[in-house]
Amino acid sequence: MSLLDIRAASLGFDSRVLWSDLNLSVEPGEFIALIGANGSGKSMLLKAILGTQPLSSGSISFAGKPAGQQNHLIGYVPQHRNSDAGLPLRVIDAVRFGLDGHRLGFSLANKDAKKRALAALREVDAEHLANEPIGKLSGGEMQRVRVAQAIMSEPKLILADEPLSALDLKHQQRVSELINEQRERLGSAVIFVTHDLNPIIDFVDRVVYLAQGRHSIGTTDEVMRSDVLSKLYGAEIDVVRNQGRILVLGAHDHEHHEDEEWA
Amino acid sequence: MIDFSDIFNFSDYGQLIPLVANSLWAGALLALIGGLVGVFVMHRELSFAVHGISELSFAGAAIFLLLGLDVALGSVAGSLVAAAIIAFLGDRARDRNSIVAVLMPFGLGIGIMALSLYPGRAANKFGLLTGQIVAVDDPKLTTMVITAVVVLTALVVLWRPLTFASLDGEVAGARGVNTRWIGIVFVMLLGLAVAAAVQIVGALLVLALLVTPAAAALRLSSSQFWVPALSVLFALVSMLGGTLLALGGTLPISPYVTTISFLIYLVARLVQHQRSKVVTR
Repeated sequence: MSLLDIRAASLGFDSRVLWSDLNLSVEPGEFIALIGANGSGKSMLLKAILGTQPLSSGSISFAGKPAGQQNHLIGYVPQHRNSDAGLPLRVIDAVRFGLDGHRLGFSLANKDAKKRALAALREVDAEHLANEPIGKLSGGEMQRVRVAQAIMSEPKLILADEPLSALDLKHQQRVSELINEQRERLGSAVIFVTHDLNPIIDFVDRVVYLAQGRHSIGTTDEVMRSDVLSKLYGAEIDVVRNQGRILVLGAHDHEHHEDEEWA
Repeated sequence: MIDFSDIFNFSDYGQLIPLVANSLWAGALLALIGGLVGVFVMHRELSFAVHGISELSFAGAAIFLLLGLDVALGSVAGSLVAAAIIAFLGDRARDRNSIVAVLMPFGLGIGIMALSLYPGRAANKFGLLTGQIVAVDDPKLTTMVITAVVVLTALVVLWRPLTFASLDGEVAGARGVNTRWIGIVFVMLLGLAVAAAVQIVGALLVLALLVTPAAAALRLSSSQFWVPALSVLFALVSMLGGTLLALGGTLPISPYVTTISFLIYLVARLVQHQRSKVVTR
């Protein structure tokens, strides 16, 4: 049995279908890139895996149980929002919530938990931020802290929802590497939502591409092709390769969103 | 001319203290719950909701006063109704603000109507808005103790998941924290705390105990221990200091409490300002 099994899963709201008949099995250690236009249901797929978004039909099981029952084995890095700015909490306390934030009672001083939080921060080169208030962090620092929080429970699956948005190229590269390092260290699977495949192109085992209610799943070479994406979008798409990078042309004209053209 | 002996007057002070023992105890309990609840009011950006709840709490108390029922009970009823409306309808911050803004004048209007129809003493009327010092009798103190026990127990139990949910609702939700219910429960606790505060500092000045001390504490620290500790300390100093100063004069208790709490906030800002100067140098 696979770590994550998505069987004939569909999700739609009213008359709009986000994706349907999605079948995906993810093995431990696999790095999956989840790509698609804004509104194609990428975040919703992550929420379905977490069990917080019910499916229209189909089923998802994780670690042998229905979605939502084993979430302590999932490290979740949510989409970056600016609304957290100014929250008065120290980084180390926030990271520790990844371990025991759901438990009732106070966060009492606990040497072991503190050690683990510091170790998690060290993994993402952020040990020096331990005593800073969360609200004072930059976008790149905040993402590193989120990754540290997500790996606190040594998860079997890391779900990262556009962890690279709002980061400059240098930090995009670094955060991608950090998540891949954790995949290698913990042997966990990764599902990585992104607009831009290039920062993670060296790590990716398979690509799940969502568009127009349809999807395509396969290796980078199988999916990131002009004919495959053209069929997916139902429109002319050009996939250009240049020095190991992939450029998708034309997708945004049909999607009416303001994505970067790199995909 | 202002007669300053109305504001500060410490003759016969020793004989007055025993008369206000109840008020001091009630004030201390109020400071304890106000200081702690205030930390989450700041975390969850609920300052405006506090004000809205307190106006409806005032309306409830005024209606009960008019009907000859227990004022304290009316105050609790009013603030729980307001808290429930805000908790269930105001899931998102923007919705919440508009709901509070709609509720607030309505509550105040109803309260003023009830007070105008009330034939009794004027002191009772103003007490609900601006607070009263010697009005804490034994049953009222008992109500306060019960409120404090309920609020404190719930806060102690929910402290960590509530902080987690305030930090990042999505991650907390993914880890099994029921963020919607924990939010609703907290607003109801807030309602209880507001009702308790309205009894003593009055509806118009509840913010001085439920927001100002926590806001001052957050200027000085981000520690999970020091923020609540300082917040409670500041609330205690404001509340007990205010009560003791109010004893001598003829003014209501609230101007003393609010002034002390405001001064603490100012000092906290100054200290923060000085510190950040040192860091950047």
